[in-house]
Amino acid sequence: MTKLTYIAHDGTRFDVEAENGSTVMENAIRNAVPGIEAECGGACACATCHVYVDEAWTAEVGEPEAMEEDMLDFAYDVRPNSRLSCQIKVRDALDGLVVRVPERQG
Amino acid sequence: MSNTIKTDVLIVGAGPVGLFAVFELGLLDMKCHLIDILDRPGGQCAELYPEKPIYDIPGWPTISAQGLVDKLMEQIHPFKPEFTFNRMVSSLEKLDDGSFRVATDEGELFEAKVVVIAAGGGSFQPKRPPIPGIEDYEGKSVFYSVRRMEQFRGHDLVIVGGGDSALDWTLNLQPVAKSVTLVHRRPEFRAAPDSVNKMYALQEMKQLKFLVGQVSGLAGAGGQLSSATIKGGPDGDVEVPCTRMLPFFGLTMKLGPIAEWGLNLNENLIPVDTEKFQTSIPGIFAVGDINWYPGKLKLILSGFHEVALMAQAAKRIISPGERIVFQYTTSSTSLQKKLGVHD
Repeated sequence: MTKLTYIAHDGTRFDVEAENGSTVMENAIRNAVPGIEAECGGACACATCHVYVDEAWTAEVGEPEAMEEDMLDFAYDVRPNSRLSCQIKVRDALDGLVVRVPERQG
Repeated sequence: MSNTIKTDVLIVGAGPVGLFAVFELGLLDMKCHLIDILDRPGGQCAELYPEKPIYDIPGWPTISAQGLVDKLMEQIHPFKPEFTFNRMVSSLEKLDDGSFRVATDEGELFEAKVVVIAAGGGSFQPKRPPIPGIEDYEGKSVFYSVRRMEQFRGHDLVIVGGGDSALDWTLNLQPVAKSVTLVHRRPEFRAAPDSVNKMYALQEMKQLKFLVGQVSGLAGAGGQLSSATIKGGPDGDVEVPCTRMLPFFGLTMKLGPIAEWGLNLNENLIPVDTEKFQTSIPGIFAVGDINWYPGKLKLILSGFHEVALMAQAAKRIISPGERIVFQYTTSSTSLQKKLGVHD
């Protein structure tokens, strides 16, 4: 299991254990992290699972692919460390990953 | 009223479940009219993920979302449903004879004995970009769509976004506006490459400006914009003249005016029974993703089942006292006649 931390917009921390191969979005939904809506269910089609990757983790998480960049155009308050959490797959190297939830989704 | 459209069943939402409702209602001889805020049938399937495969439609190991919509349109064709697109339902009123009068945001009126809400996640509405104070300018100098190009004549126009809407309106309004500035957060565009090339050509000729960045602030008074600040570009903060703005940030789903219809609601979903899929108001049904009942699954499959049962209940309202004979399309010659099947 891989440890993930979500920080909600109000500062509340959610430390969760995630299975490798699942997505950061799926674990947010399973653990009822507020502010992750995932309207389209993980199809990279809606930009409502937008998160900010902690600066210490941006290199390891990597850059979004072209389709995700396209969807990020629709997200609210996009920053250089913005990612759609449905497109980040959990793996050993992400143990300890911290992501922040934006003020709102769209 | 003469300009009122009368139909047996008014269906709010032309997504997959609203479309299949036409089939089940049609088999029982009920005429349907569908209203949708989008400009074409298909709902989320057409707007959010047309190219994506769906794997859980019985009999179709895989089908694209648009492919499913096309097949449904073919399947309901014999029942000649009527459509009103680009409209949102606004008010609903119960008439003395038990039927309902529904108005759209453009003032069209419909009368039907049965209303079926198949509105999915709600109506698609433009997303508001994260610009502080933008609300004050909406409808006065900030618009989310172009209804008349004349509204922009002679104005300093700022268009925000990188999709087809942003690029198309940049090109179309460039000859009309006094100046056009296109703002997008990155130099890559989702829009058709041809439009992007045309935009760059106009920029080359200094007939418009393209800035990479995000709109961070607006200045103006009384709803009338005067300038916009763009941040995040290579030149730092830039102030551009702006008396009209068109942000194109895609669509989001909102329940909208249906919330005011007096129906019982549960967290923006409409509770129904599982025999008829009827809401708290007799004669108004809710099917598909917008309804809720114990065990509800938001699957297209579930919506298809719901409309079959709903149609039976709707028939009892529209033709009271008439005996409903349960028939199979495989063997019933009368159903096959309705479907236009010839042997």
